[in-house]
Amino acid sequence: MNTLFDKIWDRHVVQVVDDGPTQLYIDRLYCHEVTTPQAFDGMRARGLKCFRPQQIFCMPDHNTPTHDQDKPIADPVSKAQVDALERNAAEFGLTHYGMMSKDNGIIHVVGPEKGLSLPGMTIVCGDSHTSTHGAMGAVAFGIGTSEVEMVMASQCILQQKPKSMRISINGTLGKGVTAKDVALYLMAQLTTSGATGYFVEYAGDVVRNLSMEGRLTLCNLSIEMGARGGMIAPDETTFEYIKGREFAPKGEDWDKAVAYWKTLKSGEDAVFDKELTFDAADIEPRITYGTNPGMGIGITEAIPDNGRIAHSPEQGFEKALQYMGFKPGQRLLGTKVDYVFLGACTNGRIEDFRAFASMVKGRKKADDVVAWLVPGSWAVDKQIREEGLDKVLTEAGFEIRQPGCSACLAMNDDKIPAGKLSVSTSNRNFEGRQGPGARTILASPLTAAAAAITGVITDPRELL
Amino acid sequence: MKQKFDIITSTCVPLPLENVDTDQIIPARFLKATTREESFFGDNLFRDWRYNADGTTNKDFVLNDPTYGGCILVAGKNFGSGSSREHAAWAIAGYGFRVVISSFFADIHKNNELNNFVLPVQVSEDFLAELFQSIKANAKTEVRVDLPNQTVTNLATGSSEHFDINGYKKHCLMNGLDDIDFLVQNQNKTEQWEQQRK
Repeated sequence: MNTLFDKIWDRHVVQVVDDGPTQLYIDRLYCHEVTTPQAFDGMRARGLKCFRPQQIFCMPDHNTPTHDQDKPIADPVSKAQVDALERNAAEFGLTHYGMMSKDNGIIHVVGPEKGLSLPGMTIVCGDSHTSTHGAMGAVAFGIGTSEVEMVMASQCILQQKPKSMRISINGTLGKGVTAKDVALYLMAQLTTSGATGYFVEYAGDVVRNLSMEGRLTLCNLSIEMGARGGMIAPDETTFEYIKGREFAPKGEDWDKAVAYWKTLKSGEDAVFDKELTFDAADIEPRITYGTNPGMGIGITEAIPDNGRIAHSPEQGFEKALQYMGFKPGQRLLGTKVDYVFLGACTNGRIEDFRAFASMVKGRKKADDVVAWLVPGSWAVDKQIREEGLDKVLTEAGFEIRQPGCSACLAMNDDKIPAGKLSVSTSNRNFEGRQGPGARTILASPLTAAAAAITGVITDPRELL
Repeated sequence: MKQKFDIITSTCVPLPLENVDTDQIIPARFLKATTREESFFGDNLFRDWRYNADGTTNKDFVLNDPTYGGCILVAGKNFGSGSSREHAAWAIAGYGFRVVISSFFADIHKNNELNNFVLPVQVSEDFLAELFQSIKANAKTEVRVDLPNQTVTNLATGSSEHFDINGYKKHCLMNGLDDIDFLVQNQNKTEQWEQQRK
């Protein structure tokens, strides 16, 4: 009761259905090309128009190539899906940021960056990483395509109110430990289902001291603990980030908005269904070793020994290690790396490129590592160049590709070949996620950069 | 789609694995379709477990084992985690499953199943373990899923449990109605809400 989540959720309740879900009003619907074509088809089949088209924003990101975006997409199936979004947006009167438009990028990078995702809002998208926008102090969660159609048709969705959880991380993060490491640590503590059924609020000194980019990374990964969403109470860091952005309130509206946003925090008397507290001192740079994001270790630790930690065959521990080619008890430091991927809605923001560049500055990429550096949006790309990071990266032997989801889920050409080991700043290490047979280790941009330079899994603290 | 639900009695396909994510249920490369042909998604259900890299059938995978069949999939804890892709629910429905039994479902996937008239039945760990045992002992083990009474029964042992579903969704499933029908009918309430907010 009286949590940040309650305050926003309760304000958006249109009605509670008898013995049923809540009809929740949605401020923002984001649409990408993969999870919407069938929703638009459904709308056409029912003869419906979008109820509030001005609250819906569309952009392709999953299929977009990360090179030659000015030319037609070579894969005809990808092209058809990207074209369908543009056509549907035009037919239904929706804003569309097409490929090569300066506004295009990964939807979860673009939303906050344009000031479209604001504190106090309800935000949905047919994409589980919609939890990202919770960093702005919003209730944001991923939905299915049928639910996308509901929002198109009514600007509302029917949902059961989730339970609430507060995760506090206190203390100060050590050198080389980033928001990504905090998230990977939480996933390992909670497992991939530990927060299922809950909406999480992140709190504590560590969260307060995170930049907006760091908060977006943390909230982005909420779904990997099973949480529907994650959120952070807005504060000066949030307001500073939003001010002046394209869709941010201006003038008098800004003052009014900030006054309201300042009320968006859990009360002293707030009661959560679950409260967890962690100490920053326990978190070191993290990597995953298995085939779900909860299968992670500190970079200096060994993969759990099957004898020491009870795992039933059903839990897939052996299956995961067999897929990854690792052994129980093995340490991964020094393991040869084939690919490095910097990008995705998790780590494709300017701060991630700054971190990566700071590590590779004055050093050289290992010859036998293939590195894909993919900005989350054209705005990020522009800032990389304005800050001169492109020169640092080029001198170290890296090239910057064009924005999109890229190798996070390999729906474009950026597929890690079967059997190859990738150190990736993305969000999922599921079997085949980065390409059939690809083996993924999730890590922070710093850890990815360290691997790109040395060609092996390396503790980034040794290079700081 | 929109097949009305009542009582289903069927043999089961067992998948005794935990944390089955939606990337496994339907890999990303099959998400490029712009239509909703369930047969396409059904054909690619568990694609990379069902087929080897060279395209041949993986005989060790349960969907390729003629011993097992039926319209009930029984899966380990935390079924459907990860990506929100509704294509996973389309694949399950397209293959011919009408019920998925597990001890725990990921939130988004559970909604996606319900919105596609596939019934997620959440049971206790004990019930699930016993059901896996029954199926292992006899592949012809049948389960009865009674939506009106919200019970699930292992007919081999007689074990029965109540399962949760809200009254609204139960009504939808039993009558072939969906949420969009409801929300469009309630647009006036939404407009009132918008007026009040101003």
